[in-house]
Amino acid sequence: MEVLIASAIGVLSAAGIYLILRQRSFPVIIGMTFLSYAVNVFLFAMGRLTVDRPPIISSGAAAYADPLPQALVLTAIVISFGMTALIVVLALRGYLETGSDRVDEGIPKLPEPAEERLTS
Amino acid sequence: MPTVWSNRNVTLNIVLLPILPLLAAIFPPLAIRSGRTLCAVAAAVPTVAALLILAAAAPAVYRGEIVQATYEWLPQFGLSYSIFLDGLGFFFAAMILGIGLLIIIYSRFYLSQDDPMGRFYAYLLLFQGAMVGVVVSDNILLMVVFWELTSLSSFLLIGYWRALPEGRQGARMALVVTGGGGLLLLAGLLLLGQIAGSYELTEILQRGDVIKASPLYLPMLLLVLGGAFTKSAQFPFHFWLPHAMAAPTPVSAYLHSATMVKAGVFLMARLWPALAGTEAWFLIVSMTGLITMLVGAWIALFKDDLKAILAYSTVSHLGLMTMLLGLGTPMAAVVAVFHILNHATFKAALFMSAGIVDHEAGTRDIRRLGGLLHLMPISATLALVAAGSMAGLPLLNGFLSKEMMLEEIVHTPYAGNPWIMPILATVGALLSVAYSARLAIKTYLGPVRADYPHHPHDPPVGLWLPVAVLVVPVIAIGLLPALIAGPVVERTALAVVGGQALPSYYLALWHGFTPALMMSAVAFIGGAALLMAFKPLDRLRLATPRLEAKRVFDRVLDGATGGAKALVAALHTESLPRYFATIVVAITVVGTAGFMTGSHAAGTRAHLPVNGPALVIWATLLATSLAVMVLHPNRLLTLILTSLVGLGVSIAFIQFSAPDLALTQISVEVVMTILLLLALNLLPRTTPRETGWIRRMWDGVIASVAGFGLAGLAYAVMTRDFQPISEYHLAQSKPGGGGTNVVNVILVDFRGFDTFGEIIVLCIAALAIYALLDSSLKGAAARRLASMRQGEEAADAHPLMLVVVTRVLLPLAMTVGAFIFLRGHNQPGGGFIAGLVVAIALLMQAMASGYIWTAERLRLNAHTMLGLGVLLAGLTGLGSLLFGRPFLTSTFGYVHLPVIGEFELASAMAFDTGVFFAVVGTVLLSLAQIARVEARAERKPVPQGPSDIRLVGSARAVSQPTIAHSKES
Repeated sequence: MEVLIASAIGVLSAAGIYLILRQRSFPVIIGMTFLSYAVNVFLFAMGRLTVDRPPIISSGAAAYADPLPQALVLTAIVISFGMTALIVVLALRGYLETGSDRVDEGIPKLPEPAEERLTS
Repeated sequence: MPTVWSNRNVTLNIVLLPILPLLAAIFPPLAIRSGRTLCAVAAAVPTVAALLILAAAAPAVYRGEIVQATYEWLPQFGLSYSIFLDGLGFFFAAMILGIGLLIIIYSRFYLSQDDPMGRFYAYLLLFQGAMVGVVVSDNILLMVVFWELTSLSSFLLIGYWRALPEGRQGARMALVVTGGGGLLLLAGLLLLGQIAGSYELTEILQRGDVIKASPLYLPMLLLVLGGAFTKSAQFPFHFWLPHAMAAPTPVSAYLHSATMVKAGVFLMARLWPALAGTEAWFLIVSMTGLITMLVGAWIALFKDDLKAILAYSTVSHLGLMTMLLGLGTPMAAVVAVFHILNHATFKAALFMSAGIVDHEAGTRDIRRLGGLLHLMPISATLALVAAGSMAGLPLLNGFLSKEMMLEEIVHTPYAGNPWIMPILATVGALLSVAYSARLAIKTYLGPVRADYPHHPHDPPVGLWLPVAVLVVPVIAIGLLPALIAGPVVERTALAVVGGQALPSYYLALWHGFTPALMMSAVAFIGGAALLMAFKPLDRLRLATPRLEAKRVFDRVLDGATGGAKALVAALHTESLPRYFATIVVAITVVGTAGFMTGSHAAGTRAHLPVNGPALVIWATLLATSLAVMVLHPNRLLTLILTSLVGLGVSIAFIQFSAPDLALTQISVEVVMTILLLLALNLLPRTTPRETGWIRRMWDGVIASVAGFGLAGLAYAVMTRDFQPISEYHLAQSKPGGGGTNVVNVILVDFRGFDTFGEIIVLCIAALAIYALLDSSLKGAAARRLASMRQGEEAADAHPLMLVVVTRVLLPLAMTVGAFIFLRGHNQPGGGFIAGLVVAIALLMQAMASGYIWTAERLRLNAHTMLGLGVLLAGLTGLGSLLFGRPFLTSTFGYVHLPVIGEFELASAMAFDTGVFFAVVGTVLLSLAQIARVEARAERKPVPQGPSDIRLVGSARAVSQPTIAHSKES
């Protein structure tokens, strides 16, 4: 099972990185979603894999899965939702503002203010 | 805790020396409202207090003790707040505070009504505290901190008259040169600390032999000297000091003659036992000093501005002190100390006199002055005495230290040649005589003129009294050197030379017919001759080409700016893919390097057996991910595939004993898909293929390598056993937190503060989304929105079946939400998940019946929910303070209710409610806002309610709900 999870993490992050390296905003967003999946599973896996031992205290259970990575990942999932929503809206606003959803070229530069020169 | 070496009170008090003026800097700006005099008093009081503290330490210091106090600051970096006071530190601190007090009095009368006096004194006190800090610091890193603070406060003071371009430019130049030098000094002192094995001066000064023998001695020396030379305006960095004269005259007198520019000299004196005495030290320091002395004096001779003459004269005298320290003999150190004292008195007096002239006559140009002795006899006499001392006239203190300097020089061969140093030093003295005489004659002597810009007369006593106070020691030391200055010079020089004994010397007016006296005589005659020949000399000077240091400085600065711009342009390409690729490649390289240097034994943890369903899910995940990489140009398809992956991940969470995660993941997945669908509605539907196959291959390689690395890392960790740190949480969840769902108890109790921070982040994200989209309804974005054509696929805006089903489902979904919320503490669930579920239920309504329809029916709008959530969570946390417990301490109890039976009430539940509202608010706010923007893009009128089945003939019947709704709202 460890091999499956590890390879899934690898493939998910590879897909995420590949998509983030694209030139348009939408694939970048999707890529970040993929990378979030990979990172969340990775963090979760740091507590090692356990089957049928949810961290819910009961008299019958002998052992529990590590609850700390789970708590960490739970907040990570929610935060990454917030982050993705913000990035989506940023991309949307950028597109509406400039008419382009490219992420590999800058915005047109404004002329720099004239510098004060040392004179005497 | 302070280490007590001496009287405890004294020890504690000296800690205040630098802090007192720094903190008191806020008082003058407040006191200015009560008048200018009170403002000056507010600046004088902390200075006097610091002087008293210093006086209290004087007996100990003059018994030869070292008063010390240490407080840890950042021990892991070797930085501590440690202060010590020995002869040298005491001497400088007394000079800084004493002259500071005179300057404060003088400034009260010098500054005009229009000048913001509160700000002036605030800057001055800042400087004073920083400067005292430099001279009493024991820790050399602390010294650098104060050192840079003096540069900053000097910047503020030079640019005090903000309206003057010279002030701004001079301030900037001073900051660049001295601040840059401060960085060199930091590097040098770090090296010094490494070599000596301690950052405490008291330690370092004991280890001179180790330091001088170190192979790093020379680079360290050069860096430290770089700091000292820039600060003390040594050639070739001398150019900033004259430009700093754009500052108000009291500032020039204080910072740029008496104190700050002596910081470099102080540093060389301070580190003298550790650094001086080597060949490199002698060659570099003494020659730099000598050149500076000559260059400064030469330029001073030809300047017409009083302050410019004094500025270059200061450069020259600083060169003299540097040269003396560079000689490396204890006797030269004695002379250097003596000259520092003498120079501070006569030069500050002269600067203040220049200020008086400027104030009274309206000009500082000596070509327009003359004869002032008759018009302002008191201040002119004082100035003439000080100028005489500067020239080195007998009976004044300047004469004594100059004589002793020449005496030292006579015995000093430079690079084997016995003549170089004496000749150059005599020339320096000669020039000094010439410019001093020129200044005195042109300003004060000669006939009274009729064309002064103002009518000059003696100023109020507040302006000339500080000058007089300084002129008294000029004469007193000149007449009775051993009596007046003897103990101070001895104690200070002892501190400079460290453990060595001072050579026998005596400060006296008459040493007999020595070579030094001959050199002095030559200097006087030569100086007079030079002044006679001034006019042809000046013409000659103007005819020869000169290298102006400032122009070079400008060019260097331009070059640096241009270089930086080119570098930024090359690196900052504004291409996100390129940045990201750089980051990923860098991380991969570092990771690979780390992997290569480690050991590679296989893990010992037993693998879990693979089962069929897991294999299927795994294969689906893999296939989907690969498909997305290829098919991503089709955005809708990509989105569907992405949610498939999310589903797979949540199944994986269920499999591996994480029901909470699975619930969260799947509800987030739903919200995220809706969000992306909404966004996609406004974005292009496809991604054009813009890159060639080489680029795609290259990206693929980067992604694969990084993915492979992550997979390997995850595998390596998962196959090894470990000791979890969560045993405490598992053990305390029920007895301490009152819940059996450990994940939820961690979120709302053990790590409640993290969660609190997190919901705030969520709220900020939601508000940022709101702001970003709200402002897009104006300007270019709004025009683009208006020009968008709604796709035909949305013709059926509110399908009847969907409307009916979602409305029926709403109570059910709400119940599920409430259920998940309530069981959260003991079973999988909780505020996060319940929030997401309820948000989805509300979103369903919005999708089916329209956002406006839904928003009208929501009692709480999203903003309120956000605020409510954070407030509730915060208040719950604060509630524990009422019971004297730390923030967010939770409590719980069991309540018995009829029918329902016993159930638990925990304060954590109120906290979780806050989380719940924050999540609902965030989701609703972001999605509703996108929908609102989208509504702008829709050109067709959208029916408000479920009114889509428009059968011909029965339109009236169908349209009724719409009417009903509009009435309702």
